[in-house]
Amino acid sequence: MGLLSKKDSKLILDPLSDDNPITIQVLGICSALAITAQLKPSIVMAVSVIFVLGIGNVVISLMRNIIPSKIRIIVQLIVVATLVIIVDLILKAFAYELSKELSVFIGLIITNCIIMGRFEAFALGNGPWRSFLDGVGNALGYGVILVIVGFFRELLGSGTLFGFKILGDSVEKTGLYAIGYENNGFMVLPPMALIVVGIIIWIQRSRNKALIEEL
Amino acid sequence: MGLKQSLHTLKEKYKGQKMAPAFNALHTFLYTPNEITHDGTHIKAVDDLKRTMNTVIMALVPCLIFGMFNAGYQHYLATGEITAVSNGFFSTEFWQWSNLVFGAWKVLPLVVVSYGVGLAVEFLFAVIKGHEVEEGYLVTGMLVPLIVPVDIPLWMLSIAVIFGVVIGKEVFGGTGMNILNPALTIRAFLFFAYPTWMSGDKVWVAGAQERANQLAAGMDVDSISGETILGSLAQNKSMGYELWDMFYGFIPGSVGETSTLLILIGAAVLIFSKIASWRIMLSGLIGAVVMGLIFNGVVDAGWISSNSGFYGLMSTPYWLHLMIGGLAFGIVFMATDPVTGAQTNKGKWIYGFFIGFISIMIRVFNPAYPEGVFLAILLMNVFAPTIDHYVVQGNIKRRLNRLKVKNA
Repeated sequence: MGLLSKKDSKLILDPLSDDNPITIQVLGICSALAITAQLKPSIVMAVSVIFVLGIGNVVISLMRNIIPSKIRIIVQLIVVATLVIIVDLILKAFAYELSKELSVFIGLIITNCIIMGRFEAFALGNGPWRSFLDGVGNALGYGVILVIVGFFRELLGSGTLFGFKILGDSVEKTGLYAIGYENNGFMVLPPMALIVVGIIIWIQRSRNKALIEEL
Repeated sequence: MGLKQSLHTLKEKYKGQKMAPAFNALHTFLYTPNEITHDGTHIKAVDDLKRTMNTVIMALVPCLIFGMFNAGYQHYLATGEITAVSNGFFSTEFWQWSNLVFGAWKVLPLVVVSYGVGLAVEFLFAVIKGHEVEEGYLVTGMLVPLIVPVDIPLWMLSIAVIFGVVIGKEVFGGTGMNILNPALTIRAFLFFAYPTWMSGDKVWVAGAQERANQLAAGMDVDSISGETILGSLAQNKSMGYELWDMFYGFIPGSVGETSTLLILIGAAVLIFSKIASWRIMLSGLIGAVVMGLIFNGVVDAGWISSNSGFYGLMSTPYWLHLMIGGLAFGIVFMATDPVTGAQTNKGKWIYGFFIGFISIMIRVFNPAYPEGVFLAILLMNVFAPTIDHYVVQGNIKRRLNRLKVKNA
């Protein structure tokens, strides 16, 4: 990456693999379970979090020297809440159907631990540019897992991707369904998201032994 | 050169190599290993893990054979080719070769797939991890075909077995480390993943779904009946079976769980050989009876109207609950799993009691899960270590108190 120095590019790339917010830090699990039954909401959620965390980190970083430390959580919450409302209004204006589907969970971005975590751990102690990269990097790391989980859950649970019938029509028995294949109803239920995330964690840690915690 | 010697040569040849565990497993499954220990003191006992597992399988064999006869019997009964049993347990309508042949044709593939897929996963993990193949799957592989509907597609069973063995057992560290009973994990997976194949009134008798489709297409077929007793009761319908037929097991249901009589014989084998805990079985029975009595009491007191959706199952006499559904099979063969059950004697009473208690509760209150015993056992599997912890702590506390009193 010619654009970024080595140190800066680490901010983006680390959360994508060895410091992933979901699989390594185990943050933001609730939303990962709730909205990944289909791919489209997963992507919208990922983009929303990238927006909120990227901008939010910059705002907090700019204000970091004037926020009294006693009330910093309240200030952080106000910043997140503002950004989340912006996202919510944008979705309502341009993607109304999707916003109805996601409304509660967009609101719940406020409680996503990743966001408060990055504000506390990074934006309060670093400049705006680095904070922006860190925010985008972590949100990307979160989004990647969301998209992977959403992909498998929608494909195996509903046989579709973005609503397109990839595996054939389950009602009219075309494609794979003609030979007796059936959708896995368990994939649509939240517990399966936990298991899929668990499998991702398992694969990641068996590929990189350094990530395995000491017992 | 005999088989034993050639297996031994094979083992020596592969010693230290990646595939070694697979050959060792075959060798020790068939013969006692020909190496001896060299140092230290050893306790020699005849009942090793393999012997234990084999005894459980022996106890399950009557259920399996009965299940084959029953699969054929239910099928031919539904198509109208034979009449219902009329002469108690040894009715000739039931014990017919044609029933056995049809049933074996349906049930043996389930057994083969269950063992084939499950052992393949076990061998794979043993080779990857470089340890010996564990015996844990021997019993699971036999239990699985007995607790699924006879018409379940084999590919679904394979996926469920892979899921159950990997997620239910191997991720926790293999046999002896698992929290949940693998056979029930497999059933739970099937139940939530493919509910249309695991519940309703068309899956319990071989070919019922097919006949229903033909009937819907306007073809001339005799009957599509095949509802389980629990299914009928949940809809406030009468169950239409004689009491003794239910006890003997001439009823639709999962392959091996219908015959309460043969389950009791299996239970006797397990208790006599001291392999399964009689405490868990007895307390499970008590739990189910208590919950059944509570529901019967509610009905007797007139607190529930006969129009209520729960009436049918609530008014079922408590002793009848023990004979229908998979409760007996679950309590005898699944709840007593020594790995996932409670370990302390007092813990076993608590653990078993709640399995029976919760089973009947789920059975009555949740019409979506007409048989709750597998959910109840899985739930109590999760609680078993907690129960044991408090039993042990309680014991330590009591003894400390006794010590204080003595010293005072």
